[in-house]
Amino acid sequence: MKFVQNIFDKTRPLVEKEGKRNILYPLHNAIETMAFVPDHTTHSGAHVRDAIDLKRTMITVIFAMVPALLFGMWNIGRLHYGAFGEESTWLDNFLFGALKMLPLITVTYAAGLGVEIFFAWKRNHAVNEGFLVSGLLIPMIMPVDIPLWMVAVSTIFAVLIGKEVFGGTGMNLLNPALTARAFAFFAYPTWMSGDQIWINTNGEEGAQLVDGYSGATAMGELATTVGQGLNNPATETVMAQFGSGGTYSMMNTFLGLIPGSIGETSALLILLGGLFLVFKGVGSWKIMLSFLVGGLAMATIFNAFAVNEFMGLNPIHQLLIGGFMFGMVFMATDPVSGSQTETGKYIYGFLAGFFGIMIRVFNPAYPEGIMLAILFMNVMAPLIDHYVVESNIKRRSKRLANA
Amino acid sequence: MLYLTSQSKIILKRTMSQTYKIRKGHNIKLIGDAPQKHLGAVASSTYAVSPLDFPGITPKLVVKAGTQVNAGDVLFYDKDRPEVLICSPVSGEVTEIKRGAKRKILQVIILADSDTKYADHGSFDLKSTNREATAAHFANTGVGALITSRPYGVAASMHELPRDIFVNGVQSGPLAGDLAYQLAGKETEVAAAIEALSLMTAGKVYVSQDGDVPPLGLLSHEKATSIQFTGKHPKGLVGTQIAQAAPMNKGEIVWTVNAVDLPVIGHAFLTGSYAPTYRVAVAGSRAKNAGYATMTQGVGLSSFVSTNINNDNTRMIAGDVLTGTTLEENGFLSFGKSQITAIPEGNSTEFFGWVLPGFGKFSTNRAFWSWLFPNRKYDLDTNIHGEERAFVVTGEYDKFIPMDIFPQQLLRCILIGDVEKMEQLGIYEVLPEDFALAEVACTSKLPLQQIVRDGLMDLRKEMM
Repeated sequence: MKFVQNIFDKTRPLVEKEGKRNILYPLHNAIETMAFVPDHTTHSGAHVRDAIDLKRTMITVIFAMVPALLFGMWNIGRLHYGAFGEESTWLDNFLFGALKMLPLITVTYAAGLGVEIFFAWKRNHAVNEGFLVSGLLIPMIMPVDIPLWMVAVSTIFAVLIGKEVFGGTGMNLLNPALTARAFAFFAYPTWMSGDQIWINTNGEEGAQLVDGYSGATAMGELATTVGQGLNNPATETVMAQFGSGGTYSMMNTFLGLIPGSIGETSALLILLGGLFLVFKGVGSWKIMLSFLVGGLAMATIFNAFAVNEFMGLNPIHQLLIGGFMFGMVFMATDPVSGSQTETGKYIYGFLAGFFGIMIRVFNPAYPEGIMLAILFMNVMAPLIDHYVVESNIKRRSKRLANA
Repeated sequence: MLYLTSQSKIILKRTMSQTYKIRKGHNIKLIGDAPQKHLGAVASSTYAVSPLDFPGITPKLVVKAGTQVNAGDVLFYDKDRPEVLICSPVSGEVTEIKRGAKRKILQVIILADSDTKYADHGSFDLKSTNREATAAHFANTGVGALITSRPYGVAASMHELPRDIFVNGVQSGPLAGDLAYQLAGKETEVAAAIEALSLMTAGKVYVSQDGDVPPLGLLSHEKATSIQFTGKHPKGLVGTQIAQAAPMNKGEIVWTVNAVDLPVIGHAFLTGSYAPTYRVAVAGSRAKNAGYATMTQGVGLSSFVSTNINNDNTRMIAGDVLTGTTLEENGFLSFGKSQITAIPEGNSTEFFGWVLPGFGKFSTNRAFWSWLFPNRKYDLDTNIHGEERAFVVTGEYDKFIPMDIFPQQLLRCILIGDVEKMEQLGIYEVLPEDFALAEVACTSKLPLQQIVRDGLMDLRKEMM
């Protein structure tokens, strides 16, 4: 490894403060500290330190996302070939999806890290690792056919307005990945909803879409039932799709064999990632569990009243569709934008899950209720923490009064 | 038991020694434990006393180069609290006052006599005395400086009236010495010290003991309340013990004394002289000879280091790896320290160290696979393993601070200088050492102990 170290040593003077190209210094430092854990030793306080650092924390989250990501790639290809009624092997499916996914990931990282590096240089600090995760989360929650420039604009908006204006990683109020998704949703609504974008339907010349093809998501289909009343023949054909053997059956939604945002479809693999995060101590089980309970509570209440088919959906099924699982495992658990007190985490998670289901069902124009609910709770999290901390302060002043 | 009335239950509780189990925390297991082997007495011709060992003290010298001193003569006092006296550990001639930037006093160097002459303050009759006389004896003999005063963690002033006094008889830090061995044969001195301390407070003298090792008979005393702590480190931090037994409130002062200092205090009351000599635990992977050496505070360590420490790229620490101070190769034993730890420096890079599975890496959480081996002992070095970042991970510090406080929120208040909020969040209950384990575990590599020290000192300035 000596020669790698030599490369860094030789190039470092070029980018250091006095060097002309010092805007490159954060980039140089980021790559160097990625290749080599620095030789810095303790100077104050404890003399020994834990091996963990933010890079380790973030790479652990990325590992947890990989199964859902790989499945998402395969699912892109499967749906694409399926739409044309073509035969394909799992490898065809995967390669097709990977070719769609790689540009999305590359563009996101390039746009986001560009902004990060600029601010690192401006503020004279190191590039933070936070975007390693955000940069992979963003493409996973986008529809496959979104134009790359929209991804780039959304990412830049999210990093700039969602994070850097607050002071950078650790100071942001909102989850940057969700900010990007929300920006895309509201800025380019025609691209972010409907039934044309979830499956890639750019076939070879002359290819015909199969009869009766529908590229809608489960959420999109359910939204059409609202206001139609129960026992309406049109809604019944939709709801048949949610029964066993239908496109959106419980099993299909659990496994992820449905159209949707690239990484969000497979509840199974997302939950696997969630278990990994909890086991590694990186993701908060308190948030995940209370989020699940909150969503289940709302879905059960809806199910009990069931004035339309959407509300009447089986509560478990309700949680398996849309972004619920993905939001629970990877979005709500963001330690910076979520609640920071241990008691607060229960409240924050519960309300995010609860409101998520409420928004998606009450306002079918916002099928991504989960995203909006988490962003809303991001804003409310400091308030929750305030009251949790306040109770500690009260306890202390009571003790003082009794002393 | 079922038929006990509530009143008799309370009496039962009072008469039994209270035991507290510390569940939050972590025992850092290092190789290089000190075996019960005596390494002999360490002699040196030069001794030094450093004002830097006394946080919060502005030293005012009473000696200059050339002054002859006896052991127990005053070297300097605190400018703001002239009753706080720091005394010479040996007799001899003051040869040099070492100063740093802005003439800050770094060290008072003393060339020691071959036979120590002691300043004689007269033996003290503890049976018929009052608080005032006891306080004067504490201050004049120099042993008063061995008492730490909370909330600020500074050497105690004998003008203060502490609510309670806590004697810490639990040594649970990494590679900590065996208190039973360090106190062996000092029964009379220990008893006298506890007796003297009991005269200084209208409240209680709590004496804590480690419930996971056989209790030390010499620490039980009729005037003391015995409390026991079991479980993980920081059970051996007196801050933890106070928080469990009798939490501090704003405006209260609590004194704390390490049990290992009791013989020095007792000796000062029995004989009238100041003789700060300890059985110092010598430990760590870089100790060629681990064990216990007899050392007097301030002793020059160069000859000791050359024979007992493998000093090639080594960090020598007075105290433990969590809260100790760095010792120079030709340094001196710091005030109030009874442990020397030698570990390797970690000044080397590691190729992609953050991605590797990390089967052999020390970590307090499961992000590395070393969690599979919870009982492994580590040869830790001083590498930070990363760069400093903003607060990102939450709930991390709570796992290591067994107190009813919100550590991260408190730290944020200190950083922005919000004094009122600091008070509300319980800054009076903590010292930097209480954040040491959290600092080790911190993913963002933030200097927590320094932040807390700065916060306390700012607060103290505001109050003075």
